[in-house]
Amino acid sequence: MHAYANPARFLKIARPLTPILGWGGAALVLIGVYAGLFMTPPDYLQGESVRILYIHVPAAWLGMGGWTGIAIASIIQLVWRHPLAGVSARAIAVPGALFTALCLVTGSIWGRPTWGTWWEWDGRMTSMLVLLFLYFGYIALANSSEEKGSVSRVTAIFGLVGAVNIPIINRSVVWWNSLHQGPSITLKGSSISSELLWPLGFTVMGFTLLFGAIVLMRMRAQLAEIRTEARMRRMASE
Amino acid sequence: MKPKHQRLGLAVAGLFAMVGSGLLAMTALKDQAAYFYAPADLKTASVKPGEAIRLGGMVVANSIKRDPDGVTIRFQVSDGKATTNVRFTGIVPDLFKENSGMVGEGSLSSDGTFVADNILAKHDERYMPPQLEGKMHKTETMAQ
Repeated sequence: MHAYANPARFLKIARPLTPILGWGGAALVLIGVYAGLFMTPPDYLQGESVRILYIHVPAAWLGMGGWTGIAIASIIQLVWRHPLAGVSARAIAVPGALFTALCLVTGSIWGRPTWGTWWEWDGRMTSMLVLLFLYFGYIALANSSEEKGSVSRVTAIFGLVGAVNIPIINRSVVWWNSLHQGPSITLKGSSISSELLWPLGFTVMGFTLLFGAIVLMRMRAQLAEIRTEARMRRMASE
Repeated sequence: MKPKHQRLGLAVAGLFAMVGSGLLAMTALKDQAAYFYAPADLKTASVKPGEAIRLGGMVVANSIKRDPDGVTIRFQVSDGKATTNVRFTGIVPDLFKENSGMVGEGSLSSDGTFVADNILAKHDERYMPPQLEGKMHKTETMAQ
C-alpha cells in the first residue's frame, strides 16, 4: 500500500485510469438508461414510474458506498498515516453527497405516485437524510482543516464515527415497520423480475465507474494544488 | 509495541465501542422508531382513542365497502395475526387496493375502528412485468 504513498507514482496510474473509468462509465450509464427507458416492460403495479429505479438504486449505493470509502480512508489515515488517505476521503465527500441527494430526490419523485406522498419520516428516509447531513458536515470540516490537501485528524474521526449510520440505513427497513419496501435483492436472490432487472446492472456499474473517475480527478486536482502552492512558496523565498 | 499498533488497537476498540453503542441505541429505539403500528401491535400497545398514530398492514380481500356518500370507504387491515376495521373519507392513492399494503394516518375511535385522515399505499419489494402478474405475485402476508 505504501508503494503508492508517493504521489508521483499514484499520478502515473491515476492519469491514464481517469478517462478509462470516465468514458467506460458514461457508456454503461447510457446503455443502462436507454434500456431502462425504452426496452424494459412497465411494472404490473407501478406502471412506468418503476423506471426511476435505474437511477435511484445506483445513487443509493454510491451515497452509502461513498461514506464507507471515507470511513476506510479515515482508518488508514489515523492508523497508518498514509499521505493519500486524507486526499482520497476529501475527494469522495462531494460526489458522495451529490449521489445521496440524487437518491433522496428520485425517491421522493417515485414516492408521490406510488405511495401518495413526497416525504414521510420513516426509518429509511430519515436515516438517508441524516447521511446527507453527515456529508455536509464532513465537507465543512474538511474545508476548515489546516492540512493542505489532506484532512485533519478530527475530520478523519468524524468520518469514522459517521459510518455508524451505514448499517442503520441498510437495516432500517428490516428492524422497523417502514413505508419503504424491504430489500429486493438479497443473498437469496432477487424479487425483481429479470426482465426489469438487467439494465440496473449497467447503471450501477456505470455510475460506479463514473464515481471512480470523479474521485480520481478530484484527487489529482488536490495534489496539483499542493504542488503549486509548494512551488510558489519556494519561489517567494528565493 | 510500535505506535502504529497502538493506533490500530485504539481505532479498532473505538470502532467496536461505536458500533456497539449504535446497536444498543437502535434496539432501544425499536418501537419508537417504527413508522406504524401493525394491527397486532395495537392490541399490546396502549394506544388511547384519539391519539394520533399510523396503522399499517395488508388490506383484506373483499373488505372494501363504499358508503352511500361516495367518498367514505370502510375496509379491514390485517397483519396475519389481527385485523382492524378502518374508515376513511377522501381520495386514496392509485396503488391502494385489496391484498396490498397500506399505511394510514389517523386515530382510533372509541369502538376500536381506526379513523384515517390520510392513506398511503405501501409498495412491496416485488417488481415484474404485467403479464407475470398472478403467476408469481400472490401477496398473502405483509411483505417484511
